[in-house]
Amino acid sequence: MDHLFFGYFAGVIALTAVLVVAFRNPIYSALSLLIMFFHVAGLYVTLHAEFLAAVQIIVYAGAILVLYLFVVMLLNLKTDDRYHSQWRAAGFVGGPLLIEFLVLLAGSLAAPPAALPRVDIETGDNTMAIGETLFSTYLFPFEVASLILLVAMIGAIVLAKREVPETPAS
Amino acid sequence: MTELSLRLAVSLAQIAAVMGIVMLTVMILTLAERKVLGWMQDRMGPMEVGPYGILQPIADGLKLFFKEDIVPAGANKFMFSLAPILAMVPALIGFAVIPFGPNETIQLFGMTIKPFVISDINIGVLYILAFASIGAYGIILGGWASNSKYSLLGGLRSAAQIISYELNVGLAIVGVLIMSGSLSLVKITDAQAGGFWHWYVFAFPAPQIFAFVVYVISAVAETNRVPFDLPEAESELVAGFFTEYSGMRFAFFFIAEYANMVLVSCVAAALFLGGWNAPYPGTILAHIGLEPFAWIEGVAWFTVKVYGFLFLFFWLRATLPRLRYDQLMKFGWKVMLPIALANIVVTAIAMYIYNQFK
Repeated sequence: MDHLFFGYFAGVIALTAVLVVAFRNPIYSALSLLIMFFHVAGLYVTLHAEFLAAVQIIVYAGAILVLYLFVVMLLNLKTDDRYHSQWRAAGFVGGPLLIEFLVLLAGSLAAPPAALPRVDIETGDNTMAIGETLFSTYLFPFEVASLILLVAMIGAIVLAKREVPETPAS
Repeated sequence: MTELSLRLAVSLAQIAAVMGIVMLTVMILTLAERKVLGWMQDRMGPMEVGPYGILQPIADGLKLFFKEDIVPAGANKFMFSLAPILAMVPALIGFAVIPFGPNETIQLFGMTIKPFVISDINIGVLYILAFASIGAYGIILGGWASNSKYSLLGGLRSAAQIISYELNVGLAIVGVLIMSGSLSLVKITDAQAGGFWHWYVFAFPAPQIFAFVVYVISAVAETNRVPFDLPEAESELVAGFFTEYSGMRFAFFFIAEYANMVLVSCVAAALFLGGWNAPYPGTILAHIGLEPFAWIEGVAWFTVKVYGFLFLFFWLRATLPRLRYDQLMKFGWKVMLPIALANIVVTAIAMYIYNQFK
């Protein structure tokens, strides 16, 4: 049963991820991304990480993707403008990733991965388990990540802020 | 296998019952809104269909059902049909985790069933927030697919408005979550038992009164109701994102709006006003020895609270003029957000000190 669900979610994720870049209409791309986010959330549910699943939908599907759609509609892109010949850049990124993937695959076939430390979720409350791990073991990375997000936010405000022309001194 | 199919049958029966009640409530609301608005404006409201106009919702439903379903020229037909469904499904799916009555279990065919909640999942509040945020897609895509400037502008406005106010809804709830220590709506309601001074809106040590006000205002904005109905402002945008819709597709948007109103009212009642708990300890029916019927009192209190909120929605519509768009954004980000954030800080500190001295 678990394998069946995993197979379904993984298959749909792979398919919709390809469709995101394959569709010519950016709205359809955004929609397949939405379907993908939902199936990633489904994967989290099969792993008994319901909190992550809900947050995945709230943050990615509910907020970020809505903003994408917003921008796509405002820009009203013509299909021609969207497709510069980006094969070279794609090759630079995709090639190393493919090699890395093959190396990892070969490595995992040779030796089964060491079991990750299990968080005890006997109580069935994975929200509390995530909270406790996040604010004890991973406190420093958590704070660093929030700081980076703050920097990005300030950067966006600085970039978007219009210079107010100085009024001539009377 | 029989147990699985039996469980499925019971769940389906529960879902059917809840959907039936929600649909009935929506029907009542369409009439109640026109009647209440009529009375507030010194009119009679609908009076033609049936005695005192009470069959008006049925007439409206029949009319919408038989109306021609027009797809405008140049519209994206697939998206145009998908959008109403995307708007309605998230509005209805949230009711799965709402506790309508006491947290009791009954034994039926050797299974344990909770009769007043379809599914008590441990992230109930997040589940509702997640699907509430998905509801925005129906509106945005409906606006885009209609191939009309008014629709597109309505959809874009709605996207910006929902993102801004969704944040305030989420942050207003956090105070309650800190006090209850749970994300399950059933547990949160249970923790508020024993009189109205235990409801989180008044509860010691950190009354969530400000969070409550922020939640109610943001909920009105999230459901696109007056005074925040800019996505469908008729004086500027004809009818906003559903300008081009007719027939059943329009009815879907309409049902979605009213179902959303009912949902946010249920959440407000469950989180801040004790859900099905009576404002006094215990229940009267239990005190006079009718313990098996005490659930009726719980369900009745829940209904009263939810309808109180729904009346508030109508009241606001009859009273307030529409906000300007920049006022709406300024109000959301510069007034509501700081209040919600301050409430979280104060609640967290108060709960910490309270737990130290307990």
